[in-house]
Amino acid sequence: MSNNLIVERERSLVELERRIAELREVSAAQPLDMSSEIAALEEKYQLILQELFGTLSPWEKVHMARHPNRPTSLDYIARFDRFDELHGDRHFRDDPSIVGGFGTLRARNVMVLGQQRGRDTKENLHRNFGMPAPEGYRKATRLARLASRLRLPIVTFVDTKGADPGISSEEHAQSEAIAICLQAFSTATVPIVATIVGEGGSGGALALAIADFVIMLEHSTYSVASPEGCAAILWSDASKAEEAAAHLKLTADDLHRFGIVDQILPEPLGGAHRNAGNVVTQTLDAVEAALSPLAALTPEMLLDQRYRKYRRLGEWQAEGLEPVRTAR
Amino acid sequence: MPRPEWLAGRRTKEAQATDGAMWTKCPKCGEVLYRRDLAANLFVCTRCSYHFRMKAYDRIASIVDGEFTELGADVLPGDPLSWSDRRSYPAKLKSDRERSGLSESVVCGFASLGGRRIALGVMDFHFRGGTMGQVTGERITLLLEEARREHVPCIIFAASGGARMEEGMLALMQLAKTTAAVSRFMAEGNLYLVVLTDPTSGGVSASFAFQADVIVAESKAMIGFAGRRVIEQTIRQRLPDQFQTAEFLLEKGAIDMVVERADLKGTLVRLLEYAAHE
Repeated sequence: MSNNLIVERERSLVELERRIAELREVSAAQPLDMSSEIAALEEKYQLILQELFGTLSPWEKVHMARHPNRPTSLDYIARFDRFDELHGDRHFRDDPSIVGGFGTLRARNVMVLGQQRGRDTKENLHRNFGMPAPEGYRKATRLARLASRLRLPIVTFVDTKGADPGISSEEHAQSEAIAICLQAFSTATVPIVATIVGEGGSGGALALAIADFVIMLEHSTYSVASPEGCAAILWSDASKAEEAAAHLKLTADDLHRFGIVDQILPEPLGGAHRNAGNVVTQTLDAVEAALSPLAALTPEMLLDQRYRKYRRLGEWQAEGLEPVRTAR
Repeated sequence: MPRPEWLAGRRTKEAQATDGAMWTKCPKCGEVLYRRDLAANLFVCTRCSYHFRMKAYDRIASIVDGEFTELGADVLPGDPLSWSDRRSYPAKLKSDRERSGLSESVVCGFASLGGRRIALGVMDFHFRGGTMGQVTGERITLLLEEARREHVPCIIFAASGGARMEEGMLALMQLAKTTAAVSRFMAEGNLYLVVLTDPTSGGVSASFAFQADVIVAESKAMIGFAGRRVIEQTIRQRLPDQFQTAEFLLEKGAIDMVVERADLKGTLVRLLEYAAHE
């Protein structure tokens, strides 16, 4: 049993995929022409695929973003020309839920950072389900500052339910760690390109997502709180997460409309994991394309442009209400 | 961003206790307090020193020397997500406005403190649980930009349940916006002080609140990133009572000092003197 809606839904496809493969085998082994049966089944398969995944509700997208086979940060980083991981916050420990280090992307040296979740229970325990502790954010702060000193652009991959809400995270000042990480990204004097590759949950995601250019995969989500968290906060009932997801405007389209996301990358029908190799290539192409024009800007221009970009967010105003004052 | 749900009960109690009545019962020791005495004692219980949550204008009155010139009062909230659950978001805003007498969760402006001009922002938990929406972020940003232009210190009193759900990602983006404004302000040698009051959590504690040069907390204030119930559910055990109190944070090295409300103004005046260059 999986508690992931998309995984559940894929079960009905597995049976059909098995039957198509069986027919193919039979057809190859025997002098029977079964091509019309196979074609019919394949047509049915495509129809079901379209029916299951053609249009996804916000809640279904939340599950797509959490799909165990969805490419994670390390899947993207693995396709860099080179990657040398750097560890630790220099104070307390290394947090495996944030990976970071020097990398080379299409011949360009960069600093790369990403939140890393696991695919199975063992990996997830190691990665704390992709929920970074203060030590992770302190590592990210350290590497962002190092990137500025060495004039390396920063490339990030965002994929977290949110920052870790445990005792030790509170004892080690999670708030301060995120606050300072936000500041490090806000003041970095090099270009930053962030890609929301899975779930972008709250401040814990934003800590790696203040950027000059923000890319988002079609079925990724990015929200002020996880739907479960939002439901717990508003209605003291985490089980109303589906309702919260419908309210939160957490899809790539919503965020593009608000000007929070600069570019949406389409995914194959059924989600990024159905053709992960292609998705990773296209994502890295988009990151590279976003970095090129930014590389021409001076640190002053970059900082000014980034300030104005975030300064503008929040001007949006409903009709008939007093206007929010705009940036000067 | 998780809001401390553990406050819900207390908030209800406090609202019942303080609404319009001449007498107020202390939620901690049960002492019945005459409202006027309570106000004169800066809303601290005369018997057990319980610190009641202060309303923004009471707080401002207790801190500044005299006049307070408000900034950004004409910046008012909208309904960017057309949000409606049990009630519509505009209806929630309207009732909070009537109940608290505020138009948003923060009041910003300029005043003098100990004879020095300061920029002052005061959040109020009585408006939407002090949550940060677009206008909260906009007013704080305007305050920091103006303080930077004038080159005067900035003091912010934080009190917040975090980012406001009903404004979705536009609320979360206020973390980025205020962070940028704080960074610019601080880069030019200006002093930035934050006073954490009960309660401060979520997106506010994880952005401009914990970016200050000096972080002061009011005695016994609950301060944290995640809400108490979220943590208890995660670890499946009860947390000790002092967890996430100002005193706990001081011991863990997260803040500079814990101050009783009666000593707060004096403390701030002294801190400002260290950054004065005349």
